[in-house]
Amino acid sequence: MNLIRIRYTKWFNIIKNSMKSNNPVFVAALGLCSALAISNTIQNAIAMGLGVTFVTMFSSMFVSMFRNYIPSKLRIVTYMIIISTFTIFVQKFLQAYFPSIYDSLGAYVGLIITNCIVMGRSEAFAIKNPWRYSIIDGFFSGMGYTLVLVLVATIREPLAFGTLLGFQVLPDDFTAWASMGTASGGFFVLGLMIWILRSWAKTYEEA
Amino acid sequence: MIDFFLSSLLSNNIALTLILGMCPLIAISTNVKNARGMGIAVVIVVTLTAVINYPIYQLLVLTGTEDLSLLAFIITIAAVVQVLEILLEKYIPTLYNAFGVYLPLITVNCVVLAVSQFFVTRGYNYSETAVFAFGSSLGWLLAIVLVASIREKLAVYGDLPKGLRGRAIVFVILGILALAFSGFAGLSV
Repeated sequence: MNLIRIRYTKWFNIIKNSMKSNNPVFVAALGLCSALAISNTIQNAIAMGLGVTFVTMFSSMFVSMFRNYIPSKLRIVTYMIIISTFTIFVQKFLQAYFPSIYDSLGAYVGLIITNCIVMGRSEAFAIKNPWRYSIIDGFFSGMGYTLVLVLVATIREPLAFGTLLGFQVLPDDFTAWASMGTASGGFFVLGLMIWILRSWAKTYEEA
Repeated sequence: MIDFFLSSLLSNNIALTLILGMCPLIAISTNVKNARGMGIAVVIVVTLTAVINYPIYQLLVLTGTEDLSLLAFIITIAAVVQVLEILLEKYIPTLYNAFGVYLPLITVNCVVLAVSQFFVTRGYNYSETAVFAFGSSLGWLLAIVLVASIREKLAVYGDLPKGLRGRAIVFVILGILALAFSGFAGLSV
């Protein structure tokens, strides 16, 4: 009974939309740069996903708190400034507490600013909705992104390095696929995953 | 310097080996004409912002506030795009009509910010920064035009499974192109 009641609340719809029917990577094709570049190991994928989740959550919250004071002509610049403030926060946090992850993510941490997911949620959701909905929307959009990143990384990491989260899973005589660790592997894996998901969910696009 | 230019253009192509600027590359590569317009706008903005951001970064280092470089870079980028849009609209309206619609989109193109970040992390000097910015944005133009021309042909002659149409096939195209571009590794004059 309870479950049915939850289904029709606004909260449930926000969560469902941001995780599934509006999933940033698969459906809207947003935030791809980092999704492809970072997903060669699971550790990087998780760190990047959590960073993006944090930034999306708080910038959505702040954008919607100030939504009545932001002039519509200057809104993009305002988003930029809010987002880059939180990105600098993430960057400094990683640099201070997880220097090894910070080194392997490199410039991509700073590029959270231009990750379209963050901007997209501000523009599409936060600017029109109260802050308590925006923060949930931001959190689950970020989580949907993290999920995809980890999925792609789960395929790429064993094939590229023979490890899973740093532990050896494939036999020692397995020849690592060097191209899986580079850009082309990411492109192929994501392309095939979209194909499989589209065929399964029967959501096609024209052309 | 020529080696440096070639490596940023081909063997370290910013779109195909560093995977930057993917969102506009996938969204706008449906035909060659639009792809070229977007690409040229990117070349101009990336080169300009890198050349402007370099002295700003030096100033931030001098005052000990280089932690805020991201914020400064993004403001410069937004400002350059805005100013360029206004100037083009006023003085060269034909050019403005040709790629005016792409200009605002460039603010969120990660190539622009990435180039400004790379000169910090890789420690380039001023002339290297300018060459790197020009070379890698030209490389991005090359990548988007290549993808667009393949997609144009594919739309006419291709007979793809339903699920592979649209974005999925673009990733496969990009993957093959990325493999091809890895063949440029170690290229020197």
